[in-house]
Amino acid sequence: MKTVRWSIPLALFVVLIAFLWIGLGRDPREVPSPLIGKPAPFFALPQIHGDKPLSTAELRGKVWLLNVWASWCVSCRVEHPLLLQLAKAGIVPVYGLDYKDKPDDARAWLAQNGDPYTASIVDRDGRVGIDYGVYGVPETFVIDRSGIVRYKQIGPLSVESLQEKILPLVRELQK
Amino acid sequence: MRPYPRFAGGIALAAFALVAAATKMDAPADAAFDIRLKTLESELRCLVCQNQTLADSNASLAEDLRREVRELALAGKNDSEIRAYLVARYGDFVLYDPPLKRTTWLLWIGPFALLAGGGALWWTILRRRERAAGFMAPTADPAAEARGRALLDDGEGPPRAS
Repeated sequence: MKTVRWSIPLALFVVLIAFLWIGLGRDPREVPSPLIGKPAPFFALPQIHGDKPLSTAELRGKVWLLNVWASWCVSCRVEHPLLLQLAKAGIVPVYGLDYKDKPDDARAWLAQNGDPYTASIVDRDGRVGIDYGVYGVPETFVIDRSGIVRYKQIGPLSVESLQEKILPLVRELQK
Repeated sequence: MRPYPRFAGGIALAAFALVAAATKMDAPADAAFDIRLKTLESELRCLVCQNQTLADSNASLAEDLRREVRELALAGKNDSEIRAYLVARYGDFVLYDPPLKRTTWLLWIGPFALLAGGGALWWTILRRRERAAGFMAPTADPAAEARGRALLDDGEGPPRAS
């Protein structure tokens, strides 16, 4: 009887601690995307280089990454070396979505920092960004052969996120 | 026939045209529409500054989303269609009023379950105490009870109910 008496509050306390531990350990800025498992929203946007538009229809049949970036985005500089490395390795094509940016600024930024993108498209008014649920640039999407969004990274890419999540997923999808 | 009414009519027309130009008559029922948008936007969360509503936020994404909401409303979409449009892109998190479904039932039912549990516990403890008190009284022997009553009713202290 005595043990029951103190074991109930203790059990409640442990449950509370577990909830707080998990709940407070999460990053509230990482909102799960409802797009995972759904078709990537359609776009047909002008490219930064050249004036031919690029549409999602042309990307069918291959696994590709969509990296949302902008010349005004500070943390895009953090992930940029990784994107350059990824481009050099040639594992997966990376398409850049230049989000709410001036094309001239974007071109200058790429000239200065290096251009890792297979192609970059310009989303001047951020409408395609809204379709993709973009709210924190940079963001990176993994899209499979049939055009389904498989993964979304919010915030800059890191060596860990590439090695643990994105690259294994890309390899799996490319099989 | 007389020139006066035609003259007055001309002035009235000119005045009306001026007022119409000044208040942009091309957007009828603007006030009601604005109130509707404002109400809708204050139920939606800004993703960038997460504790602000779309209506309150100055973030550039919030501006874009307000533009989007306005355009959808102008295109004749109703409030729930506009909400669905945003939920499809940003998830339930954009709603300040989360829908009741499998992943949120604990959120909705939890507080009431806790209240009910606490109430039940309180009631049980009260009952147990009451029963304990009721169980004690008849065991005292009549002589002791009379002595106790005499002590209580000796006139000292505040009067008590017998």
